[in-house]
Amino acid sequence: MSLYFKYLLILFKSQMQYRTSFWLLSFGQFFIPFTVFAGVYLMFERFGEIKGWSFFEVALCFSIIHMAFAISECFARGFDAFSGLIISGEFDRLLVRPRSTVLQVMGSKFEFTRIGRLIQSLLVLVWAISQLTLEWTLLKGFVLFMMIASGTIIFTGIYILAATLCFWTIQGIEVANIFTDGGREMAQYPLNIYHKWVARFFTYVIPFGCVNYVPLLFILGKISNHTIWHVISPLAGFLFLLPCLLVWRFGVRHYVSTGS
Amino acid sequence: MSRAYFSVFKLSLLNGMQYRVAALAGVSTQFFWGFMIIMIFEAFYNSSVQGQPIELSQMITYVWLQQAFLSFIMLWFRDQELFGLITTGNIAYELCRPAEIYGLWYAKLLAQRLASAILRSLPILIVASVLPDPYRLNWPADIPTVLLFIISLSLGLLLVVSISMLIYISVFITLSPTGSLLLFGVLGEFLAGMIIPVPLMPGWLQDIVKIFPFHYTADFPFRVYTGHIPQDEAVKGLGFQFVWLIGLVITGKFTMSRSLRHVVVQGG
Repeated sequence: MSLYFKYLLILFKSQMQYRTSFWLLSFGQFFIPFTVFAGVYLMFERFGEIKGWSFFEVALCFSIIHMAFAISECFARGFDAFSGLIISGEFDRLLVRPRSTVLQVMGSKFEFTRIGRLIQSLLVLVWAISQLTLEWTLLKGFVLFMMIASGTIIFTGIYILAATLCFWTIQGIEVANIFTDGGREMAQYPLNIYHKWVARFFTYVIPFGCVNYVPLLFILGKISNHTIWHVISPLAGFLFLLPCLLVWRFGVRHYVSTGS
Repeated sequence: MSRAYFSVFKLSLLNGMQYRVAALAGVSTQFFWGFMIIMIFEAFYNSSVQGQPIELSQMITYVWLQQAFLSFIMLWFRDQELFGLITTGNIAYELCRPAEIYGLWYAKLLAQRLASAILRSLPILIVASVLPDPYRLNWPADIPTVLLFIISLSLGLLLVVSISMLIYISVFITLSPTGSLLLFGVLGEFLAGMIIPVPLMPGWLQDIVKIFPFHYTADFPFRVYTGHIPQDEAVKGLGFQFVWLIGLVITGKFTMSRSLRHVVVQGG
C-alpha cells in the first residue's frame, strides 16, 4: 500500500509541473457534468417531478454517482488506459516485478484533473442536502459515505473487467462504455423510473442501484419500514469487486506477450 | 480543381467504411443510450399532468434520430491526424499541395462523418422502426416532409463540418485542441439540444439557442421529420441554414488564410 502512495505522489508531482494546463483541464472537467446537471434541472423545471422524486432528491442521487465516477477516474485510470500498456509491451516489465499487477497497473496513471468533476458534484451534494429537510443521524452519514466509496469501487471493477479484455483484443472496447458512462448516466436518476429488467440488472448484476437508489430510500425516508438490507446494500460494491479481481488474475495467467 | 477535393472525399469515405466492427459496437452503444434516454423521458411524461410542447411519440422519434445521426451532429468527432499536422509542423507538406487547404480538409471531415453515418444510421433506423409501439420510430407524415428532412439534414451536416473547421483553425492559434474542443463540444452540444431537447427548454433559453447556429445542425432537421415544425416554417429554416453555412464557410476561409500567413514552420 505504501508503494501505491509513492506512485500517487510521484505522478502528482509530475502533473503539477504543468500547473496552468492542470488548472485549465480541471476547470474543463468542472463544466462537462455541469451542462448535464443543468439539463436535469431544466427537465424538472418543465415536468416538476419524476415518479414521485423531487429535484433535490434526484440531485442527491446524481451527485453521489458522479462523485464516485470522478474518484474512480482519478485513481483507477491506469486500468482505463491499460490497452496502452499492452500495445507498448510495458506490461511485461510489470510482470517481472515482485509486486501485484493490480497495484502496479493502478499506480501507472492518475488523472488528478478530475478534481474539477469532483468539486462540481460535491457542490451539487451540498446544495441538495441543504435544501432537503432530513433528520440526519450518524448512521445515515456513514451510509452516505459508504455509498460514494462503494460506487467508486464498482466503477473500478468495471475498468478492471474492461482492461482484462485487452489480453485478448487490443481494440478499444467501446462496449465497456455502456457500463461506465452508461451506468453513470443511468444511475443519476433513481432506478425505479426505468423498466423492471433494467432496474434489476443494475441492482443485482452491476450493483449501481445498491450505491444510490436502495440506500437513498432509507436516507430520504421514502419507505416507512426500511430493512437492514437498505442500510448495508452499499457493501454490494465490494462484493462486485471480487469476481472482477478473479477475472483479472485469470487474464494475467493467460497473457501471452508478443515478445517485441 | 474540384476533382482533387472529390478524390480526397472518396478516399476518406472508403477509409472510414473499413471500421465495420467498431461501427457495430457503436450501434449497440447507441441503442443502449437511446433506450435509456427514452425511458427517462417516458417517466417524466408520465409524472406530469399538463400538456407538453412536444408529444412523447415525437420525442421518441427525435431521440432515435439523434442516435442514428450522431456522427452528423457531435462536435467532438475529431481527426487526430489534422491536429497532429498543426502541432508537429507537418502542415508545411499540406501547404505545398496544389489545392486549397480549407477545401481539402472540409472534404476529408465531411467524408469521415458520412462514412460513420452510413455504417451506423441504417441499422438503427431499421431496428428502431420495427420496435413495439411506444418505442417505435415513426415514419414522417408525407413525402414533402421526407424531402424537407433530407435537405435540412444535409445542410446540417455541411454546417457541422464548417463549425468543426473553426475548431481546427483555432488550434493554429492555441496549439492545443483540448480547450477549443471542450468549449465547442460542451456549449455546442448543449445549444444543439443534445442534453435537453430544444422544445423542452424554457423560453428564455430557447431565445439564446436561436442566436447560435448549433440547433440548425441537429434539432431543426429532427423536428422537421417529426412534424413538430410545420412545413412553411421548415422552408424558412432552410434559408437560415443556408445563410449560416455561407457565413461560416467565409469566416473559416478568411481566418484560415489569416492564420496561415502567420504560420512559421521551423526547419528540421
